[in-house]
Amino acid sequence: MGGREATMVLLDENGIRCDGRKVDEPRRIMIRAGGLKNADGSAYIEFGDNKILVGVFGPRDVHPKHMSDTDTGILRVRYHMEPFSVGERKNPAPSRREIEISKVIKEALEPAVMLEKFPRTAVDVFIEVLQADGGTRCAALTAASVALADAGIPMRDMVAAIAAGKVADTVILDVNNEEDQAGQADMPIGYMPSLEKVTLMQLDGVLTPEEYKKCVEVGIEGCKLVYDLQKKALNDKYFGNGDN
Amino acid sequence: MENKRKYVIPGDVVTSGPFRPEQNVVLEGNKIISTTIGISEIYDDSVRVIPLTGKYIPKINDLVIGKVISHTSLSWELDINSCYVGFLPAQDVFGRDFSAHADELTSKLASGDLVAARIANFDRTRDPLVTISDRDLGKIDSGDLVKISPSKVPRLIGKRGTMIQTIEMATNAAITIGQNGWVVVSCESPEGLLKAKKAIQMVDEKAHVANLTDQVKEMLESKGES
Repeated sequence: MGGREATMVLLDENGIRCDGRKVDEPRRIMIRAGGLKNADGSAYIEFGDNKILVGVFGPRDVHPKHMSDTDTGILRVRYHMEPFSVGERKNPAPSRREIEISKVIKEALEPAVMLEKFPRTAVDVFIEVLQADGGTRCAALTAASVALADAGIPMRDMVAAIAAGKVADTVILDVNNEEDQAGQADMPIGYMPSLEKVTLMQLDGVLTPEEYKKCVEVGIEGCKLVYDLQKKALNDKYFGNGDN
Repeated sequence: MENKRKYVIPGDVVTSGPFRPEQNVVLEGNKIISTTIGISEIYDDSVRVIPLTGKYIPKINDLVIGKVISHTSLSWELDINSCYVGFLPAQDVFGRDFSAHADELTSKLASGDLVAARIANFDRTRDPLVTISDRDLGKIDSGDLVKISPSKVPRLIGKRGTMIQTIEMATNAAITIGQNGWVVVSCESPEGLLKAKKAIQMVDEKAHVANLTDQVKEMLESKGES
């Protein structure tokens, strides 16, 4: 698929994946809160080879005015990939895929943020993918939560996200680009660990009911790992190193 | 009390049990969860989180510093560093006998002017109504504007005003603190002005540090000698 070598080994006999990880091992994740001076809140994440920058503005006036809601604030999310974020230049205009991901991330964040405290306002989340390597929606959602918290938007919990999937008939955690293209299933999961609630769940591929359950389980465990890193990023920015 | 304070971020469980959730916390089941980055405080029967970040939300009777952004024939609009604009009706300045065609609003307040104002009324449905008809309120003619995070205003004032008194005494400056995070400093001596501004910025940066008042005092005194 995707013009890749058909002979690529996604999972060898020792249970090691194409990039040297074990089946339940996520990629290297680095999250940093803050960094953008002009935004009210911001975050930067490196999720394997994904590099994503998120800026949050608001709550602020809604323009155009007719979009505002007298009962509650509104959340607006723009997910955008830079032309240089992928191998072949990507047209900077919003594609069908980007519009979908913007919507999905918005809906995954909505259960967490408490915008009913700010009627007639909007919170804008701008997500810029600087470098993409599979699993950008999960990485973007993770970073967006940190940026929202950094902006001081009241939240019930932060949303952590990671993808589970299936390659070579085995359930794996954190699907990378190769596994996404050539694998059998990809399931991004967004999860609020303190509230134990799932806010994002998509599935591309075919799974048996048992595999599905395993995927959800593995994904939620992965989200908890990501959540710890989100907390660490915020603690580092606001409370210095580990004096908690 | 002191040992019950904790640094929290959204989603952190502050405590569980029969407490009343106050500021910036929600009750989920029997767990009390923080909704913002801040410092949690547990009292005898209630729990609250003092935020370290976030925008200013107007509260009735708050003193704020506003900047005139525009006016209509009947009112001014003030930027009060919030998600809402402050609404200052012309009657408030000209008195009851204000007439829209006889009085020129710009003669009293022009765009860009700073005013000390009080939030007279605010609810979910309307923009905050501000007033400047009170003692110590009105146009600010001199002084430097320092912007700090609104969530750190209580820290700048300190317990019963200790922090701000320390800064004022050491520098001889007159400091007006708006609850919206805008602070106007005026001082006769330029050194005092600079020192006061530096002290305010120091509070903004180190708001979470314990016994900050002593550190500020130290800074103010050490500078005075050199």
